[in-house]
Amino acid sequence: MKKKNNTRWYVYGIILVICLWQVWAMALHRPIIPAPWQVAGNFVQIFVPKLSVHVLYSVWRLVAGLSLAIAAGIPLGLCMGYFSQWDKVLAPVIYLIYPIPKVALLPVFMVLFGLGEESKILMIFFIVVFQVTVAVRDGVKEIPQETYYSLYSLGASKIAVFREILIPASLPKILTSLRVAMATAVSVLFFTETFGTQYGMGYFIMDAWMRVNYPEMYSGILALSITGLLLFGLIDYAETRLCRWL
Amino acid sequence: MIELNDVTVSYPVPTGRQVVLTDINLAMESGQTCALIGPSGCGKSTLLKLLAGIINEYQGTVMIDGHSVAPIRQRIGFIPQNYGLLPWRTVQENILLAARIKQGKQNLDMAAFRKLVDELGLAGLEKRFPGELSGGQQQRVALARAFLLQPDLLLMDEPFSALDAMTREDMQQVFLSVWREHTVSAVLVTHQVEEAVYLGRKIIIMSPFPGTIRKIIDNPLFGLENRERHPDFFEFCVFLRQMIQKDWAK
Repeated sequence: MKKKNNTRWYVYGIILVICLWQVWAMALHRPIIPAPWQVAGNFVQIFVPKLSVHVLYSVWRLVAGLSLAIAAGIPLGLCMGYFSQWDKVLAPVIYLIYPIPKVALLPVFMVLFGLGEESKILMIFFIVVFQVTVAVRDGVKEIPQETYYSLYSLGASKIAVFREILIPASLPKILTSLRVAMATAVSVLFFTETFGTQYGMGYFIMDAWMRVNYPEMYSGILALSITGLLLFGLIDYAETRLCRWL
Repeated sequence: MIELNDVTVSYPVPTGRQVVLTDINLAMESGQTCALIGPSGCGKSTLLKLLAGIINEYQGTVMIDGHSVAPIRQRIGFIPQNYGLLPWRTVQENILLAARIKQGKQNLDMAAFRKLVDELGLAGLEKRFPGELSGGQQQRVALARAFLLQPDLLLMDEPFSALDAMTREDMQQVFLSVWREHTVSAVLVTHQVEEAVYLGRKIIIMSPFPGTIRKIIDNPLFGLENRERHPDFFEFCVFLRQMIQKDWAK
């Protein structure tokens, strides 16, 4: 019931975007804004032979970067939230590094980790990990003391406290932080893919632009948008499965 | 047997130490119920946390069956004011939680679980989450969890105060009937004289600033059925209330 409604609103959203696009294309009537049907046709035509390999590269970098960020950010955030000593020591460090626009460090990453996959994946990791860590830490701090009491009075081990309380309590926060981080990660991915690679949607879009092939450029943008949509959908799906109590 | 000797609890504040509880001496036989009554700020919740092993810094001795209180050794069922259910676990998982942590997944007594679920009228709700239950139902889940643990000591912090009047009386009866079946030592905190008289074999009256025990009363009317028709019950409640008012006015 709820799910069906959601899908319907997605369809409405897509129709609205396409209509606005069509109107804009007709109003401007220039090659830089091709009509939606032109782009759709081109997209179908080039997706399998040309575009899909770029999509796969981009998705791989995104997933690898996000996975690393989750793997590092969750344990760190849990410990910072639960052990105040950890927070005291690490919070200043994180607050110092967090506001730096990480893209500014891309040259450093490229020199240190090369022009290949590592620097791109680490860039995404570096951007997302702070958001995940801080969100998890705050999630843990919001848990009321009483929630712990029934476990403490059972003499529960630290492991049990983490498993029964800290991890499930911060799961919704983790997923929200991922959603927030996802948008940033996609735009940073685009940027990193314009350097030192021949694969990835960033490369594809910039390359199509240089070749003044606007329909292909838009196909690339469309692929980027669909990838983002699917990843958002995946997070929503994970939330309904993992956070059934919400 | 639960014994507290010369217990004092204080916590640090910028100007030194704030004493929350002082001169607590108390002995309670096993298998009894005991009601702690007192105004807010008299440290009754603190006393309960002390017995639950949640507060570890105190002076004096707190013994349960001859051993000083240690949650890892003893079986302590603690029901905090908000029932302490985990929102992310189903009713069944919540009920089994305490026993599972104490004795491991393999040693769960599912027959006892079913019996308690039936006794407490929770059949059919096992797959629900606490957020989908009414306050009374959540309270029943918390009781089921505590009784399944077969605790050496059951502690309840104002267990029925968040319920509406009708549900509260129901739950008090449910508690007593389950308690009679399982006979565990139970300490409950309340701010209601009637509840103390109905549920406490012993009634402990506390006073604040700093929290201390004023009086320990053996309650002759404990568990009285049809109390609304007993003049004794009301007289005793009035007597207690006057005593308490006089005491707290000092």
